[in-house]
Amino acid sequence: MDQFEPKIVAFVCNWCTYAGADLTGTSRLKYAHNVRIIRFPCTGRIDFLLLQQAFAKGADGIIVSGCHPNDCHYTSGNFHARRRWMVFRQMLENMGVEAERIVFSWVSAAEGAKWADLVNETVESIKKLGPYHKYQDMAKSLEEWEVTHE
Amino acid sequence: MKIGFYPGCSVDGGSREYKESCRALAKAYGIELESVPDWNCCGASAAHNLNRELALALPARILSLAEKAGMTDLLVPCAACYNRLMLTQHELMKDETLRKNISEVTGLEFKGTCSILNVVHWIQKWILPELPEKIKKPFDYKVACYYGCLLVRPHKVLKFDRPEDPQSLDEVMKLIGATPVDWAFKTECCGAGLSVSKTDVVADLSGKIVRDAVYRQADALIVACPMCHSNLDMRRREINGYLKQNVSLPVIYVTQAIGLALGIDRKELGLHRHFVPVNLPEKAEATK
Amino acid sequence: MARIGVFVCHCGENISATVDCDRVAENASGLPGVVHSVDYKYMCSDPGQTLIKEAIKEHKLTGVVVAACSPRMHEPTFRKACAEAGLNPFLCEMANVREHCSWVHEKTESTTQKAKDVVRLLVEKVKRNEALQPIKVPVTKKAVVIGGGVAGIQASLDIANGGHQVLLVEREPSIGGHMSQLSETFPTLDCSQCILTPRMVEVAQHPNITLWSYSEVIGLDGFIGNFTVKIRKKAKSIDEHLCTGCGLCTQKCPVRKIPSEFEQGLGTRPAIYTPFPQAVPNKPVIDKLNCTYYLKGRCKLCERVCPTQAIRFDQPDEIVEVQAGAIVLATGYDIKRTDFFPEYGYGKYKDVIDGLQFERLASASGPTGGMIRRPSDGQIPKNIVFVACAGSRDPAKGIEYCSKICCMYTAKHAMLYKHKVHDGTPYVFYMDIRAAGKDYDEFTRRAIEVDRTKYIRGRVSRIYEKEGKLVVVGADTLLGGQKVEIEADMVVLATASVANPGSEELAQIVHVSYDRYKFFAEAHPKLKPVETNTAGIFLAGACQAPKDIPESVSAASGAAAKVLGLFANDELTREPLVAVVNRMAPPLFSTCIGCFLCQPVCPYNAIEREEFKTRDGKLLKAVARINPGLCQGCGTCVALCRSKSIDLYGYSNKQIYTEVSALLDEALV
Repeated sequence: MDQFEPKIVAFVCNWCTYAGADLTGTSRLKYAHNVRIIRFPCTGRIDFLLLQQAFAKGADGIIVSGCHPNDCHYTSGNFHARRRWMVFRQMLENMGVEAERIVFSWVSAAEGAKWADLVNETVESIKKLGPYHKYQDMAKSLEEWEVTHE
Repeated sequence: MKIGFYPGCSVDGGSREYKESCRALAKAYGIELESVPDWNCCGASAAHNLNRELALALPARILSLAEKAGMTDLLVPCAACYNRLMLTQHELMKDETLRKNISEVTGLEFKGTCSILNVVHWIQKWILPELPEKIKKPFDYKVACYYGCLLVRPHKVLKFDRPEDPQSLDEVMKLIGATPVDWAFKTECCGAGLSVSKTDVVADLSGKIVRDAVYRQADALIVACPMCHSNLDMRRREINGYLKQNVSLPVIYVTQAIGLALGIDRKELGLHRHFVPVNLPEKAEATK
Repeated sequence: MARIGVFVCHCGENISATVDCDRVAENASGLPGVVHSVDYKYMCSDPGQTLIKEAIKEHKLTGVVVAACSPRMHEPTFRKACAEAGLNPFLCEMANVREHCSWVHEKTESTTQKAKDVVRLLVEKVKRNEALQPIKVPVTKKAVVIGGGVAGIQASLDIANGGHQVLLVEREPSIGGHMSQLSETFPTLDCSQCILTPRMVEVAQHPNITLWSYSEVIGLDGFIGNFTVKIRKKAKSIDEHLCTGCGLCTQKCPVRKIPSEFEQGLGTRPAIYTPFPQAVPNKPVIDKLNCTYYLKGRCKLCERVCPTQAIRFDQPDEIVEVQAGAIVLATGYDIKRTDFFPEYGYGKYKDVIDGLQFERLASASGPTGGMIRRPSDGQIPKNIVFVACAGSRDPAKGIEYCSKICCMYTAKHAMLYKHKVHDGTPYVFYMDIRAAGKDYDEFTRRAIEVDRTKYIRGRVSRIYEKEGKLVVVGADTLLGGQKVEIEADMVVLATASVANPGSEELAQIVHVSYDRYKFFAEAHPKLKPVETNTAGIFLAGACQAPKDIPESVSAASGAAAKVLGLFANDELTREPLVAVVNRMAPPLFSTCIGCFLCQPVCPYNAIEREEFKTRDGKLLKAVARINPGLCQGCGTCVALCRSKSIDLYGYSNKQIYTEVSALLDEALV
């Protein structure tokens, strides 16, 4: 059996974390390859249903990262994201979804090293948690239910 | 009414008049000061320079014992003990691993539920409410309130009063009829750490404090720390040598001053134990 | 049917060293909708771009994915290439396989796999891209400069000399700012007023500049090129057209004991006053909080003595809206007062003063006529102590930054003192001497070597009064931390420079970011130092961070150059990545339910209320409408919308959900 390589989706904002991850590259810092970055204008744009979508499609872990508080390119989008996340996490926990698989962080455009650390730490912790099928299975059975009941 | 009480070594030994005056004040208010059972040294002035774990374990044991005895308010009259206990509680509450480690050392669980009161806290919380009607003889003197270093610093941890220009003792003194003077040495160091080993330094540092209090025409120095008291009182001979004059300015604990205003017996307040005789000016004696 | 072209760049060896580029291209060619897929050594080079352009024409591509470096690097390049080939530029996307892939991973199979995944993700996204048209907006060629200190004056003059209209708004009754309060300026010791007042007059007389003093900005709407600025013109209680500025009223006013703001409280002024004799405009205002008539309803002495009957007690505040294309913020700084320092006496010692107060004492036009006299008894101090870094670089005081100007002005103060009191001794307590600047270090050396200022490296722990002297207790760290006590006659604290009170409020009014010290934030600390994150709003001077005069003036000219550059265009084009409220025609059937929860989350007030009414005026439905001119495309409203009625061009729900699916759905591989 191969070692478990988690699939991690990162939802990042264009102005801070995407640029920070660019800096990781220009600094030639190495990190785990498991992460796939999806670019957003702002963390405020991130519809948290997307996180559920990612789990439903088989992601093992999720990173959400944007500008530090008060550094938002759009003044306040990251605060909205944070507030939404506080509520959303509770809902996930209530649903029985493993909220610890979602890492919420701030990485600025100057924090290339922090991005590498964030990815490595997330990969490590998701590796410990193991593959995540529960949500995917649930989503599939729901889909099937919908098909049979249409 | 029972309140937890941690005397510590100084208050139990060299500065027993501080304890006596605390107890006398408590008695006048019907408060019972219940000592922490099997208490130990808090490690002040030595332990935290040598061993961090020990410096935390000693106060942690005291606090654990107090918690075990069900004490929610813990009066710690000595400013040094207060400082150590507060710092320990602060350190342990913010670091769970450390808390576990220290609990293992002490063999006692630490919850951090005890509210640690310095003497001014205690006075503000328990003594002030009924103070005005209890005063028999206003303490009508000019006083220089001396806070020292440990009562108000580090502000980040203690969150008590203004660290550079504290006012709490002054406010208490005003309430018993005294006039606090505005002076410059409220929070200057008295040299407590060198009280035994380098008396010449103590004479210099404490001498400046005494000199300024005299210059501002204070009738008494008001303190809330046994270290400060012993330096300003017990080391007066050295101070006088340094100042090249004999200064008879008495050094009084805040609890003693309140006790006098309440008309408590001088002996009960331990005023006879001072090295510098507590002879307050006659003019005030006459205002009975 | 989508016809997508994929172009994989080697970037020399930057990508190909760890990513198998031809396999990435090969893999992409098998993706649904991809009709053309190649790799090339340098895609951004001229031949590389030609490759793309030709492919677009040859294969009739409907979308392009360039797998290369970060889109933050070359997205504009490739979009431009696409546009030249006749493809809408917004149908081109970049897959970041350099910064996010080849540079951060070793050469392994997983690295190539990651590149393949990223390309697949963008292919799926680009299929759902829409052809967008840039938004064009006209430019109002008039600038509003907020703040009339030296930076605001410079910016106004530069813009006005460039041929455009400027409205200069100043909060105080006169322009001039802190510079007008200074005595002499470092490092040349030329008189501040002598170099500034001609500029102030020039502002007043310039045909392109309108000066509104005693006015404040209270609102800002709009966007770059099209701002609407709301300004409160505070009632001056005089008719400016009639007033000749003769000054008779200020001489006769019976209320004379008001501490003068201009003199930093060291002098007094009447209730009807001009801040200083060279004030521009040189017409008085009535301070309503101190005027006997406003307080008690009688007096009106000024009205009686005014030869032109210009006094207007019933004049109301006026609120005016002004159209402008650009805004320059030049609101300057303030300093901490001595009462911020409990250890230095909480401001209760009269002879402990701050740097600006010393400037007034040293100024020939000041309350002492330029004699250094201590405020308490008017004596000339023989021992004077200057404390540098009072508050600055002190985390315990919450001011961690260097105030930058104090090293220089403290050296200047010591020199000025020595030039006026020859037998006096100036002491300076300092942490470091930061004298980086043209002729600056030479200047501080002069203070030490020629004027014999005693510099002591160490901080002052306490100042207290004793027998008429101020005892300054500090340490000399060059003598091993030895304690130093100096009995001084006067102490000058070089207190920290801080953001102006009200700067946070103004930042929120005009929607610019500010840092944790409430200084306005520039768009980029190095490459965009005078721009803010809000397009069309620029920064000049010390409202951004502590700055000395030359720096403030340079920044002001920089901001002016940006404004003039903006005004060189008749209309602006903006990226059309904005939010829209999707609605099925006709509008009445919009999916928007009109909850307007999106309105408060929009940082740009871009969301409007659109109402549909019957002919007899009955409200049928109210829906949200997004003003594309104001929207900056953050998408916060999109994520918030409960009925999923709002979408964001460029990052639409369709695109983003597909990206997530494409990334993870095995079926798509």
